[in-house]
Amino acid sequence: MTPKPPLLEVQDLRVEFPTRRGTLRALDGVTLSINRGEILGVVGESGAGKSLTGAAIIGLLERPGRIAAGHIRFDGQRIDTLSQSAMRPIRGKQIGAIFQDPLTTLNPLYTVGRQLTETMQAHLPLSDREARTRAVRWLEDVGIPAAAQRLDAYPHQFSGGMRQRVVIALALCAEPRLVIADEPTTALDVSIQAQIIALLRRITRDHGTAVMLVTHDMGVIAETADRVAVMYAGRVIEVGPVRDVVHHPQHPYTAGLMASIPALDHRVPRLQQIDGAMPRLGAMPPGCPYNPRCPQAFDLCRTRRPELMAAGPTRAACWLHAPHSAV
Amino acid sequence: MNTLTRAWDSDLAYSFRHSPVALVSALILVLLLGSALFSGTVAPYNPFDLATLNLMDSRQPPAFLPEGTTAHLLGTDDQGRDILSAILYGLRISLIVGVLSVLFAVTLGIAIGLLAGYAGGTTDSVLMRIADVQLSFPAILIALLTDGIVSASLPPALHDQLQIFILVFAIGISFWPQFARTVRGSTLVERSRDYVLAARVIGLSPLRIMTRHILPNVLGPVLVIGTLTLGLAIISEATLSFLGVGLPPTQPSVGTLIRIGNDFLFSGEWWIALFPGIALVLTVLAINLLGDWLRDALNPRLQ
Repeated sequence: MTPKPPLLEVQDLRVEFPTRRGTLRALDGVTLSINRGEILGVVGESGAGKSLTGAAIIGLLERPGRIAAGHIRFDGQRIDTLSQSAMRPIRGKQIGAIFQDPLTTLNPLYTVGRQLTETMQAHLPLSDREARTRAVRWLEDVGIPAAAQRLDAYPHQFSGGMRQRVVIALALCAEPRLVIADEPTTALDVSIQAQIIALLRRITRDHGTAVMLVTHDMGVIAETADRVAVMYAGRVIEVGPVRDVVHHPQHPYTAGLMASIPALDHRVPRLQQIDGAMPRLGAMPPGCPYNPRCPQAFDLCRTRRPELMAAGPTRAACWLHAPHSAV
Repeated sequence: MNTLTRAWDSDLAYSFRHSPVALVSALILVLLLGSALFSGTVAPYNPFDLATLNLMDSRQPPAFLPEGTTAHLLGTDDQGRDILSAILYGLRISLIVGVLSVLFAVTLGIAIGLLAGYAGGTTDSVLMRIADVQLSFPAILIALLTDGIVSASLPPALHDQLQIFILVFAIGISFWPQFARTVRGSTLVERSRDYVLAARVIGLSPLRIMTRHILPNVLGPVLVIGTLTLGLAIISEATLSFLGVGLPPTQPSVGTLIRIGNDFLFSGEWWIALFPGIALVLTVLAINLLGDWLRDALNPRLQ
């Protein structure tokens, strides 16, 4: 018996933006996969391509961005080549999405109940009454008190945290198998963030939904994800089980990232930082994109680009882990 | 709380109750509209009933002049038609043509504006350039041109029956660009909002997103421009009728009445042109003042 393929498989995904000054390669060979019911954390600095990967998966790249190479498979089926109309039944029904800002994700003119029922009825054969009953249950499920009464309230009558709960219900109510959560807590108070993350974890676990959790908050990832993919300059540079990546990072960039997180249990005179900045898209250095900032860079790093390779418990795109015969 | 009390408590209703201009305009408009709509019963005579017309009554001055009679409060025209009745009947036709042509322009403008704003790219450029070209001509010229082309392409026997619809089409065509531009602008803003993205992620069709999610959010400005355009449309109709390409004398609108009166201005029968003119000015003024009030009331920055 062959093992089931992963739910989502992204291979060598390359996204390009043609501009006046030449083509910018925003994603350059992103490879990642998500298994059924798994939570994959995607971390990286701003501009590393986290959100763009999410947009490419769900087929919502803003023009003039386009997928130039690679492929995306969902449940074994290629979805990157589908037309917009063929993609429509997959969106919402198979792949849901949660965005950063709950204040603008809800249409201000419709009650939350109507937005929930509309979403469900777009994908499931439900009568108005059934849809309404389900909508109440979803609101209860995401922890909105007096759900039956709140169903007919408008988005502006909810607080930010409550609205993000509604947005989560909205993304999950058509029971998709994968949810792409693009920084779902960034716009929220720190005190609410933990609640929302806990909710997201519980509710996706209950429904067996896989999650691609995009964030730049390592703490959120460490707490929530099963596996984590670290992105840098438009590619995945390390991927592995969350515990291993956090405690035994194999890529120098991941190591730097971990070292720069303040710890509460011991004093440090000064927080470590990674010198320099991520290279601009138009000015990628040859070889490994991290080599100008890497404390351990050697000659090979400046000429050849490393691919993901086995590195202890994780996989990292770093020449330090290359078997000697290959170097 | 029921809908009525909620409507009474709304900011809009409050602003309306505290604006003397809006109240007076609304009152005048309701009076004019009411008597025009029910002209069949309100008007003292039926100016279209040839049997009641008497040429002996022609060109009678209004009642307040020494030679006037109370039988015809505002006097009569050259065929003995009661001016007051003719104005009420004429106003009804003017209003019908005005409202229908604005509805036509709004529908066309919204459809084109939504499409241009949502689709973007070439579709947007082509549609907006068409609008730009049309806006570089005076609206009345477009209406005149359309009226001429449509009339010429229809058999003359149908003209009298279809004249109202030809006018509605011609006037509607001349006003759609304003609506299309406004809707396109608002659509561009709304389109980049996350709730539209969310609707796409849910997997709704573009048509449904445009009509159900974007349209309600861009209707505010359309309402204001629609009201102001109603005044312009009524004037357009009057102008066309005054120029003789609008409604025929057998079915006179206010504009037709002014044209008829124009022939007698210098022979001393000024009332034939003046009273329809006053009715037209009052109607348009009331509509415009209401439109201005609505614009201010719906703009939160002016409060």
